Amino acid sequence: MKAPRVTDASLRDGSHPMAHQFTKEQVREVARALDEAGVSVIEVSHGDGLAGASIQYGFSKSPETDLISEARSVCTQAKIASLLIPGIGTVKELKEAAERGTQIVRIATQCTEADISQEHFEIAKEMGLETVGFLMMAHVRPPGFLVEQAKLMQSYGADCVYIVDSAGALLPEDTRDRVAALKDALEVQVGFHAHDNLGLAIGNSIAALEAGADQLDGSLRGLGAGAGNAPTELLAAVLDRLGINPGLDVFKLMDAAEYVIAPIMPFQPFPDRDAITIGYAGVYSTFLLHAKRAAERFGLDPREILVELGRRQAVAGQEDWIIDVALELARKKKQGAA
Amino acid sequence: MVEDGRVKVAIVGSGNIGTDLMYKLLKNPGHMRLAMVAGIVPESEGLKRARELGIETTHEGIGPVLEDPEIKIVFDATSAKAHVRHAKLLKEAGKIAIDLTPAARGPYVVPVANLTEHLDKDNVNLLTCGAQATIPLVYAVSRVTPVLYAEMVSTVASLSAGPGTRQNIDEFTFTTARGLEKIGGAKRGKAIIILNPADPPIMMRNTVYVVPEGDFDEEEVRSSVEKMIAQVQEYVPGYHLKSEPVFDEKETPWGKKRIVVLLVEVEGAGDFLPKYAGNLDIMTSAARGVGEQFARHLLEEKEVVA
Repeated sequence: MKAPRVTDASLRDGSHPMAHQFTKEQVREVARALDEAGVSVIEVSHGDGLAGASIQYGFSKSPETDLISEARSVCTQAKIASLLIPGIGTVKELKEAAERGTQIVRIATQCTEADISQEHFEIAKEMGLETVGFLMMAHVRPPGFLVEQAKLMQSYGADCVYIVDSAGALLPEDTRDRVAALKDALEVQVGFHAHDNLGLAIGNSIAALEAGADQLDGSLRGLGAGAGNAPTELLAAVLDRLGINPGLDVFKLMDAAEYVIAPIMPFQPFPDRDAITIGYAGVYSTFLLHAKRAAERFGLDPREILVELGRRQAVAGQEDWIIDVALELARKKKQGAA
Repeated sequence: MVEDGRVKVAIVGSGNIGTDLMYKLLKNPGHMRLAMVAGIVPESEGLKRARELGIETTHEGIGPVLEDPEIKIVFDATSAKAHVRHAKLLKEAGKIAIDLTPAARGPYVVPVANLTEHLDKDNVNLLTCGAQATIPLVYAVSRVTPVLYAEMVSTVASLSAGPGTRQNIDEFTFTTARGLEKIGGAKRGKAIIILNPADPPIMMRNTVYVVPEGDFDEEEVRSSVEKMIAQVQEYVPGYHLKSEPVFDEKETPWGKKRIVVLLVEVEGAGDFLPKYAGNLDIMTSAARGVGEQFARHLLEEKEVVA
């Protein structure tokens, strides 16, 4: 195993539990702490990527372009990455983000739809950005299928392709098989993005490393959708013990988690019953808070909604199906009672 | 032009969209008569089917359509790039172009919202499937209360999204958002599209979030939306609300606002394309509807002259 490049996604995936309410001051503090602790990539954008601010996903407190430039202004060595989900964000927002400080774009599609990302990769490369491809909800397709999709992203200009366990549904063996298949087939780097819904974020990240992963993601205190991501400070400690620390200051990261992130978190993401249901039913981690709100409004158990979304094969970004499902379940319940 | 009180029309493009449109024009011709289907691949499924149905076909592209002075209305179901060229040729030939590509050489039209304003134009564009599915609803709200912001989310089956959409998905976002503003009447529009690979394929689903400027009468909105649904159903029978309009309160950049949430599903007629492909059906249905209004308009003009 070799030391992976670690990207911290607290300021992007963490935007979900923060309900997209990060302030400029918070972003500056988090970015400064990560930069000082030796993290080499910091992801900043709305949780659903550039232009994610919407009724569907939640509006941002501060324009994400401002947050990007705040983060960039305090970094001495770390690069700024931003997420772009084609269908939500466009090259227009990518250009604005790059002008404000984005150096790496992570272009994400449902793992079956890589061919909608061609124009975004090509334009990002023309702009001189480093590019990472994100195959989201990677648990829904077998390794061979993912290889074909990853090859498409590689052909469009991806410098790295990630297996993204958006639902936190992969088991270590599933992770190993997927990462190994991509490592075998691609010339570019391979990464892995974990969610802790089944308590496997760190375990799966290590499995990915064993299969040859070049890049891993974390978030301080795991601040991310669902049960959160692999905690960056924990990942750093484990990598250090494995003898493959990529230059992360373990104690500084622990301090950043303890003194910078913990005080601003609205709650500690954790595999509670709803988050476990997400991993178990294989639905998009971001649905967690939306499903909880809908359940409260319509007098349902969030788990009923999440399981039904899994049955309907909802994909990343389909938050509007939650209200649809909740309305239907509520209607059925009423009929049952009558 | 007038033959048994109908206007001669042609379809250029014999792919999925052109072929589905052909079946719609044959099933429900109204004041149109489909005189020709033009393609570029002689053995294409679309041209084969047209020949079997006894319709004149050509595989020489738009040329033969231009040469027939009787053809007054031409549906273009090719590509944006091809339509840029076709638009000029059709104009020179004095024909009306109904553009189903993203080329947008003429004004955007949505049959139930703004078509009557543009019946004097020689080229109109149908925007996107998502626009045809959601603009009528935003329009229905904005005609009873001023609308600050409208957002639409379209989810379509992966199988129904062709290479044109996939290679230029930003185009969908831009065009649809602009349509929500220009035709829907929202001060600001936002569009999101999601492709869902579920098996069996899902029906086209749209969610429309409308933020009115101030307070509004729920009953008025509900009744305007219901009327609009009935109007759209006249040309897209599979267009229906998934549930009653939902009235909700949300934090927005303009403060806490009461908003309208509309969930609409579009089931295709299954004329040629599968029923789940409501996104394609609404384009061909809207195109037929636009063609019909142009045909009637031409016939009325003729009557006045005579």
